[in-house]
Amino acid sequence: MITRPTPLKNRLRRTMMFMNAQKPGLIKDAYIYGSDSIILDLEDAVAENQKDAARFSLYQAVRNIDYGNTEVIVRINGLDTPHWQEDIRCVVASGADGIRIAKCESAQDVHIVEEHVLAAEKEFGVEEGRTLLMAALESPLGIMNAYEIVTASDRMFGCAISGGDFRKSMHVRIEEGGIEMLVARGQMLMAARAAGVQCFDTMFPNIDDMEGFRQEVIQNRKMGFDGKSIVSPKQIRFVHDTFAPTKKEIAYAEKLVRSFNEQADSGVGVYTVDGKMVDIPFFEDARRVIALAKACGVYEGDL
Amino acid sequence: MINAVNRDIPDELLKDGKEVYQGKNYMDGKYVKKDSPKSRRYVKPQESKICESIREACERCGAHDGMTFSFHTEFRDGDYVASMVAKVLVEEMGLKDINVAATSLGSAQDIFADYMEQGKIIGAQTSGVRGRIGETISAGKLATPAIIRSHGGRPRAVEAGEVHIDIAFLAAASSDCCGNASGINGKSNFGSMGFGIHDAHYADHTVIVTDTLVEFPNSPASVSMIDVDCVCVVDRIGNVDKINTKEARLTDNPRELMMAENVAAVIASTPYFKDGFSFQTGVGGPSLAVNRFLEDHMRERGITMSFALGGTSTPICQLYDKGLVKHLMDTQDYDQGAASHIFKHKNHHEVDLSTYANAANKGAYVNKLDFVVLSALEVDTSFNVNVITGSDGVLRGAPGGHPDAAAGSKCCIIVTPLTRGRMATVCDDVVTVTTPGDCVDVLVTDYGTAVNPLRPDLIKCLDDAGIKHVTIEALRDKAYRLVGTPDKLEWEDQVVAIVEARDGTILDVVKKIKPFELD
Repeated sequence: MITRPTPLKNRLRRTMMFMNAQKPGLIKDAYIYGSDSIILDLEDAVAENQKDAARFSLYQAVRNIDYGNTEVIVRINGLDTPHWQEDIRCVVASGADGIRIAKCESAQDVHIVEEHVLAAEKEFGVEEGRTLLMAALESPLGIMNAYEIVTASDRMFGCAISGGDFRKSMHVRIEEGGIEMLVARGQMLMAARAAGVQCFDTMFPNIDDMEGFRQEVIQNRKMGFDGKSIVSPKQIRFVHDTFAPTKKEIAYAEKLVRSFNEQADSGVGVYTVDGKMVDIPFFEDARRVIALAKACGVYEGDL
Repeated sequence: MINAVNRDIPDELLKDGKEVYQGKNYMDGKYVKKDSPKSRRYVKPQESKICESIREACERCGAHDGMTFSFHTEFRDGDYVASMVAKVLVEEMGLKDINVAATSLGSAQDIFADYMEQGKIIGAQTSGVRGRIGETISAGKLATPAIIRSHGGRPRAVEAGEVHIDIAFLAAASSDCCGNASGINGKSNFGSMGFGIHDAHYADHTVIVTDTLVEFPNSPASVSMIDVDCVCVVDRIGNVDKINTKEARLTDNPRELMMAENVAAVIASTPYFKDGFSFQTGVGGPSLAVNRFLEDHMRERGITMSFALGGTSTPICQLYDKGLVKHLMDTQDYDQGAASHIFKHKNHHEVDLSTYANAANKGAYVNKLDFVVLSALEVDTSFNVNVITGSDGVLRGAPGGHPDAAAGSKCCIIVTPLTRGRMATVCDDVVTVTTPGDCVDVLVTDYGTAVNPLRPDLIKCLDDAGIKHVTIEALRDKAYRLVGTPDKLEWEDQVVAIVEARDGTILDVVKKIKPFELD
């Protein structure tokens, strides 16, 4: 029997790979590809009459397979279905790290899930508060309420936009450049940053269109996302490479941190590095870049 | 007698100078007296060597009971010629006590299984056995044990006279009326004829079987008319679509692609990965896919490959076209892209099996290999590889050039998933040793990479490059944890096949499997 380490709210989540929980062949060793998180799906990937089989397979997998450092999140069925309560019991009993709340639209949704998670933790003797939550925002209402959603629970580590449903409710389709989702992505990002939680972009459905995928990932990074949902192991490498700080960014961050340590000793607040004015927020960001570089395994310095 | 890979070789097999395997360089420096064919003189000029039928060709060559006939298998599962000829020999001519020497045997030759059952075919020498033939041999239906030889071991045995070919029946995509034959210029082009060329030099008689007769002279030719007795023209020599079998497919499987990417990273971490390096891939999905990932590493370093060796596929031809590979030394073409590339490009060369891999000549191409990437059915904790028997002990695979390239290369990488279904690929003891562990350097699986402790230099390379690796025992433990530890197979005493090492010593034997009985 596997005992998973206590989940961390703040950790590296560049890639969250969806897998159908019903397919033992897929989930038995989903960690080998190196995505930061896997999302075992009980929702859309599983046929209505197979929910029970999927829960069984998920429970056995998490109890018996050592996923190591790969985070195991479960996407449960929507609160408008008859499945979500049993889904929550299954997730908590299995010892998975967290729950992705599908079609989340309000703080109330989060509270309901949290209540059931707590009850299940008590029922199965799982440490209370252990099971994390994240919200999938799939509708305009969810986006409008993003801030209240991500601040609704201490368990909440982040939110993700779900493009498929969102585009349908906006009467738009996938556009090159992503203008159809620009406002929603931006608004969700602001809410997440304001709440101090992570923010993830939707999956890119066309696995064979690697060029379109690359463009979207680059835009995600420029916009400030922490990571992305993915649907194929083939997508992992590019996301990881893109979200890792570049050599240039690392070098600059190192320079800032070193100079800050020197300047602070001599009592200077604002000064210039490479001809640009810098102050305290710059150093905080520089430390973040170095921490991210370390987490991504691309840091070779000694800070 | 226990050999160097810890296999017990029955003493009755150790006669007429046969020895057990004693390490990869045991035969180095020894001399061999070469066999020669008894060749018929055609003094009087002949206008044509074309025969009306295969039977006529067989009769002209004096086919009779007890002879050894050879075939090449450039068509892989799409070969028609071997079955066609065997049918004539057995059913039309009523021959018996036949020995077959083929470069491989598979589903295309299923009819051989019938003739084995009937006792018409009494011996088989081949680099591999798949399908019904494997099951039939494993059931002990041959009068003498089958002999499994590598692609390099075959020409060695032919040259040493251990197998003397009476008639070679060689499929050719095109031929002229005098037997200048080639793997192209016809309607069933398979490209390189590397598997057949050597036989034409050493067989007493050579019959070319083609479906495309071309004007004389068919030049350049892979097999020359000076070695050919007869030419037969048939409707179709094979199905080119079946050359690309599942063993030779191009993968889109993320697991295999990941392994291939990791193999490429291992290659790039070694000192041999420099301008002018040489490279070979085997035929499994992940090994073939390595070609794709090598390109990025080569461009990053700004280096080119001096030669790629062995079975050739479209991806490596594409690297050639991009100027990243200087020479393709081609023994067989896995797909039509490669088959139509050879001979059309100046440095895409055809090589025969002796030039490719024979350990008993004065230096084959495998000896100049830096890297080879190969697959495996099983690998044990001594890095011994099995590619011939399944987990049920039945013959179902082909060493091909595996043992040759592994022995000759500076860095041999095996790539295989850790488990297949309920079977652990990495295990305590392989069912049959086909490539000795002292020839294998790195194992890449989907669950991690292990380096042979015999190669501390490579361990350091991986460490320096930040490539994670574990012990092979850790991989075995992981495999057994996932799928359970299998019971040992139980065998009867009868040896059904002898696995010859490339130097001619005995590496292992395959015995008849004991029928499974429920308690």
